[in-house]
Amino acid sequence: MAVKKIGTQTIKLKNPPSILETATITGSKEGEGPLGQYFDVILSDDLYGEESWEKAESKMTREAVKLAINKANLHPDNIDYMFSGDLLNQIISSSFAARELQIPFFGLYGACSTMTESLSLSSMIIDGGYADYVIAATSSHFASAERQYRFPLEYGGQRPPTSQWTVTGAGAALLSSSGNGPYITYVTTGRVMDFGVKDANNMGAAMAPAAADTILRHFKDTGFNPNDYDIIITGDLGKVGKELAVELVKKGGYDISNIYTDCGVEIFDLSEQDVHSGASGCGCSAVVFCGYLYKQLKAGRFKRILLISTGALLSPTSSQQGESIPGIAHAVAIERSV
Amino acid sequence: MEKKLEKQLSEEFKNMVDKNNPQSSIIKDCIFAFVIGGLICDVGQFFMNMFLSLGVPQENVGYYVATVMVFLGAFLTGLGIYDNVAKYAGAGTIVPITGFANSIVSPAMEFKREGYILGVGARMFIIAGPVLVYGISSSVIVGIIYYFIKYFAK
Repeated sequence: MAVKKIGTQTIKLKNPPSILETATITGSKEGEGPLGQYFDVILSDDLYGEESWEKAESKMTREAVKLAINKANLHPDNIDYMFSGDLLNQIISSSFAARELQIPFFGLYGACSTMTESLSLSSMIIDGGYADYVIAATSSHFASAERQYRFPLEYGGQRPPTSQWTVTGAGAALLSSSGNGPYITYVTTGRVMDFGVKDANNMGAAMAPAAADTILRHFKDTGFNPNDYDIIITGDLGKVGKELAVELVKKGGYDISNIYTDCGVEIFDLSEQDVHSGASGCGCSAVVFCGYLYKQLKAGRFKRILLISTGALLSPTSSQQGESIPGIAHAVAIERSV
Repeated sequence: MEKKLEKQLSEEFKNMVDKNNPQSSIIKDCIFAFVIGGLICDVGQFFMNMFLSLGVPQENVGYYVATVMVFLGAFLTGLGIYDNVAKYAGAGTIVPITGFANSIVSPAMEFKREGYILGVGARMFIIAGPVLVYGISSSVIVGIIYYFIKYFAK
């Protein structure tokens, strides 16, 4: 019997795993943004000394994982599992990083929802008693995403105001069955939602229904309401999607506007950094969580947060065949103490 | 969300998106396109006048100018300048022949890492390819129509 499941989509962890350490590596543009001081490594060269963007992204994942493990004075041999994914075809950034790290590896694809997807699964595997140390990681790279999903970097095209800027960044969190927190306490797994948005330049709108659905489902399953949280933060809806999410949640009966924001809005200065509607990419919620949010939790400035990474499950092929864009959002509640 | 609410919201959602959608400033975009596109044409005109004054015949001067402009478009793409100008100019940098050069050189640069055959060779025309296919096809169709009009008009 599923004794830990509450409601229809949520798990209440009986032995909440502690997040021992996190690590973040970002590109220079992210480093210049308002959250730059919270990132561990800021690259001056987006190629990271490699020959290609893909190799650079994989190295970012690998080094972020190593850094998180080092900070905890552990060795990759001590880690039981690694859950990781990214945006590239066949998730090569993650699996090629895992090739070097030699940690037992589960590869994930949840588009930009991968940070909370990997945190969810890592928490469950620890709570279930299958592991003591687990890595949850993800990455994205502006240049590798552009060439796969859009145009070559030097192509002279214009981006519409709803478009978003893929974050160059990798984040890794080391979870453990013991430790002093912050703890992951609830996991709400999202459904794939599609309200018919077809514009691949407006992914915030495509993902907003999934984010709203998961937030509402989390409240209903747990009995919490917005006042129980210091901050509710989605992954990469950007400015456009963020406004839509607030409106949808309001229609569902909850007003989150006071404590709600979006990682894609926070990581860049939208008026100065020419990113249009904000940031996107797996790396967006990864570095905002592993950098800014984790450090605020550690310092006690946040007591309980709800992180909802959001993914647009499209591919260039599905868009060209006229399909609308399905969205997904997974939520994890993280608390300073339990 | 509940099924009933979900159904209701999915119907309302299109309006919500349209209402929230920030629009590009058409007037600003048009002015940038006009000014920068116009400057590119001025450069073309400069070279045309120069070649004419050097004694290049009128019917051939177009080839000379196109060659120079394609070179300039490719060169500025290689230096990483063209896309930064195009960010503001939009159609002003896409429509002139320099934009055509940019659309071929940028994938050639981008996909060099996949090798010269399957990278540069195969992907060079991913943006310009459709323009070539339909440009050449329509020129053939127009040519056939022109032939018949001439034939029957005799």
